[in-house]
Order: sequence, then C-alpha cells, then structure tokens
Amino acid sequence: MSAVTLTLSQVRYVNKAFWRNPARVFFTFAFPLMFLVIFTSLLGNYTVHIGSVSMKSSTYYVASMACFGVITACYNNIAIAISSERDAGILKRIDGAPLPKGSFMGSRMLHALLVAVLLMVLTAAFGRALYSAHVPGGFLLVRFLLMLVVGAASFCALGLAITAGVRNADAAPAIVNASIMPLLFLSGVFIPFGKSTPDWILWVARLFPVKHFASGMMAGFVGTPFDWTDVVVVAAWGAAGLFLAIRFFRWEPRAA
Amino acid sequence: MSPELPASRITSDEGTISASHAVDESSTRALAVEVRGLHKSYDGVQAVDGIDFVIRQGEIFALLGPNGAGKTTTVEILEGYRSRDSGEVRVLGCDPRHQRSLLKSRIGIVLQSTGVDPYLTVHETVTMYAGLYHHPRPVDEVIDLVGLGAKRGERVIRLSGGQRRRVDMALALAGDPELLFLDEPTTGFDPSARREAWDAVKNLASLGKTVLLTTHYMDEAQYLADRVAVMAGGRMVAEGPPSTLGSRDLATVRVRFRPPAGALLPVGFSGGAGPDGFVEVAVEDAVSDLYRLLHWAVEEGVPLEGLEVKRPSLEDVYLSLTGSAEEGANLTRPVRRAAGGKGAG
Repeated sequence: MSAVTLTLSQVRYVNKAFWRNPARVFFTFAFPLMFLVIFTSLLGNYTVHIGSVSMKSSTYYVASMACFGVITACYNNIAIAISSERDAGILKRIDGAPLPKGSFMGSRMLHALLVAVLLMVLTAAFGRALYSAHVPGGFLLVRFLLMLVVGAASFCALGLAITAGVRNADAAPAIVNASIMPLLFLSGVFIPFGKSTPDWILWVARLFPVKHFASGMMAGFVGTPFDWTDVVVVAAWGAAGLFLAIRFFRWEPRAA
Repeated sequence: MSPELPASRITSDEGTISASHAVDESSTRALAVEVRGLHKSYDGVQAVDGIDFVIRQGEIFALLGPNGAGKTTTVEILEGYRSRDSGEVRVLGCDPRHQRSLLKSRIGIVLQSTGVDPYLTVHETVTMYAGLYHHPRPVDEVIDLVGLGAKRGERVIRLSGGQRRRVDMALALAGDPELLFLDEPTTGFDPSARREAWDAVKNLASLGKTVLLTTHYMDEAQYLADRVAVMAGGRMVAEGPPSTLGSRDLATVRVRFRPPAGALLPVGFSGGAGPDGFVEVAVEDAVSDLYRLLHWAVEEGVPLEGLEVKRPSLEDVYLSLTGSAEEGANLTRPVRRAAGGKGAG
C-alpha cells in the first residue's frame, strides 16, 4: 500500500462521514451563501472601488463570500473537527493503527480542498445567476485556481496547526472564531475598505494571509490585477502552519 | 455469532503452538512481551515503580489492580503511546517507543476510552481499519467474531455502549494481529455480551495469538487468563496462574454450616455460631476433618444446613493483595488468622 493509496482511501471515508453530518454540511455551505444574500440586501447596491477598478457591491460580495467560504471549509472545519475527534478518542485510536501521519493529515486537507472547490463553484453559479457576477475564465482561471488551491491548502494547514493550542473540543469554536473573525473584518472581506480606512488596519491586512487570499479571489471574479505576492504570502503562512502542525500535533486530549 | 474460524486462517506455524494451556511447552516458547525494571513517573509521582514480567507467545495474560495501580500506564508504554523513564521493554522483539511504526501493524489495541467516527457504519469502519494493514482478516469474519453480524450496516451513532465496545474489539482484530492489548474490554457489557466477548478472546488464543488483558472483573481473569499479575501502587504484588495466585490453592479450607441450636459439635468444629447461626471453621486437613464432621452428622442425624466448603476466591486473594499493598501488611494475614480451628462466625 502506497501512502497515496492510503491517503485517497481515507479521503473517501472522511467524505462519507462529512456528508452524513448535517450540522457540518449546513454551516459549510449555507453560511457563505446566506451571508452573500444578507450583505447585498442589507447594504443595498452601491459601487465598490478597488484600486482603479469599480464594481457593483454584489459582485464584490460574490468574490469575498467565496473567499469566506473557502476559509470556513478549510480552517474552521478542520480545526473544529480535529479537536472534537481528539476529545472523542478517535485520533488516539488512529494513532494506534499503521496509518502514517502524512496520510492522515493529507487526507483531511485533500477533502477540505475538494469541499472548497465545490463551494466555490456553487458560490460562483449562485452569484452569476442572482447578481450576474463575473466568473473567471481563460488564463485568469488558471491563476485563480492556483490561488484557490494554495489558499485552501494553507488554511487547512493553519487549521491543523491551531489544534495544538486548543485545550478541548469546547474551546475549539471559540478559539477558531476569535482567531479568524477579526481578521476577516480587518481584511475587508465583510465590509470593503474605503478611502478613510486607517493605516493600522491596512498593515494587519498586509501581514496576515486573509487579505492576500481575498485579493487573489477578487482578481478572478472582478478582474482586479493578479499579484503573485498574494500567492507567495499565503503559501508562506501555509508552510509555517504545516511545520507547526507536524511539529506540535497531538493525537490525545490534554490531560485534565 | 459464529466463533469458529476458517481452518485456512491457521497457518502451519500457528498450528504447532495450538493450545495455550499446554504448560509443558510454555517455558520453551518465545516471549511476546518482556518487561524489566520499568519505571514511569508523572509530575514526580511514580505511576510505575520498577516492574518485571514476561508474556509468552500464545498466552492470555491478565493484569489486575485497582484504579491508579499503573496498569494503563504500563499497557500504554507497551503499545508505544507513552515513553518510559527507565527499564527494558520488548514487544514482539521491538522497542515499542523507537520501533513503533514497525510494531503498529503487528499489534491490535482496545483502549480504555476510545472512539470511532459516529457517522460511518460498522462495516465501513472495520473496512477502513482493515485497509491499513498488510494482511487483514476478512471484514465480515471479524464482525461476526465480535457478534455484530446483525448490525454491520448500522451507523456507529445508533449502537449501544456495549455494541460500540465490540466495534473497538473488531477494529483491534481487523489487522489480524499477533499480539492483542485489551484494556478493560468488557466494561459496560451485559452478561451475555461479556460471555461472547470472552469466547472471541479464547478463539484468538487458540489461533496462537497472545493477549494482554487488564480488567477489574475477577471472573473475567479467572475464565480467560493463563496467568495473572496483580499491580498495586505501581508495583507487582503477585503473579501466577489464577488457580494458584497468592497460594490460594494451598490456603486453608474453610467449612461453613448451620447446626441445630444446642447441638454438641465434634472436636475442632466447636467454635461457636455467629449471629446468623452459622459456624465457620478453618480446617487443617480438609479430607479427614470433613469426614469426621459428616460422619458425625449422619450418625447423630443432624442436618448441616447450608453446608459449604470454601477456599479463598481469586477475589479474596485480590482484595487482600491490593489492600495489603496500601496497608503494608502481609497477604497471608487473613488466612492465617482463620487457621487453628478458631472459627469466626
């Protein structure tokens, strides 16, 4: 059995279990679409300016909610699922069986990536149908998919990494949301940056990966310039996350 | 449930060491587990304080002891989950900490508290685990072996606690391991489920598998184990076959019965009755003393109501062993006190 075969067979089981868990499926798929409808209805239709490009707010939100959806499917889902499986003793049992750590982590990441791609397709189709949003194509699509894969993998790695700092399953949603929600706001995902956005917020956005990932998504959906630095910064965060995940991953709950 | 296994599963190698109870072979058999001078402490507390034991291949070995005795720590060191502070440990010839990945495919583990994904079915779960091993046992056979044949398509979330425990057992068997660790495997089972699980373990031993079992249940150790070791306070306080543990086979026999009020009992039985009217006496020579008592009863026409002849049960021995480890007293104390013909009611 090669590590690849093992990983792929694990993905199948992770996938089966995922679709049979109604709460997880609902939050993963319904949240981004629900937020998309809420934001566009709540804030009305106005014009968003990013650099020299102007766009309808609904187009902006299709791109940013797609970004939000990928982050939820990867970072939040993995961190919360792993923490609860660790508390339930599921991970300890896996650790007693001959499944390499790489295959275990790889299968979780690969599955989240597949969910992220599906979510992206749904959001794009939804945005196209309801808000006639632009959908990437041609060479832009290739760069867009690269950003998507790099971003999804990086947020998966960060989700795996943060489980080392999560004390137990009860603490997981709190820690995950406390770490990602402020960043989503400070990266202009929920509310676009304006002319008066203070410098410190722009700096936070520049340092952390969320804004860079959102910009990459934006390039695909609304035709803002594609910047390779965005891919590099997100990948660097992902690499750091992967290193921490491998180094500090815990199979067992912390002793009370 | 069908406890029989297809004959094809029994390799010729295993066939030569079939019966786990063959005492004459046991000393020459290879060792599955070797532990010498094992120490482990947590935050300055000695959880395991210098223990030694060996388990021979094909043997069912039970580790008994109260909570906190160091059983689970010991077992988890052997399984490779924990590091040790000092001592020699060999499991199937491997160092479980440094050759863990090598060992993982050769052992099966039932942990004390563990879980599986609640949304997968029994069959899916066992198939998934079987897929991790080089020479898995057929999935349906494993499910039948633990008595979950009727539940194979059921999701784990819909199983009872005892049924989930049997899923744990099935997963431990899925890879057809040479050595099986069972940490309190039947806790929460109803009596018939427990009996089925015992049969499953017996079956494994008859295939030449080695089993290390920890348990709180004396009847489980008595029924399953070839050898028993008792741990208390991180140390081994006794070791031996269940029938002779703590020299209970040599312990004084006690006779208990209720004579009619005012009966003049034969010499050696006149200890006086307790408040319930029963006389309980330790006898030195069971055969001749009992003969005297019964002969007297028949001659005099005296009914000996509720007549019992008792030796200390495994549980009695266990309680005195684990109690004495805490009190620093001697195991033979309660037995010795009873000897000498002074019956205690």
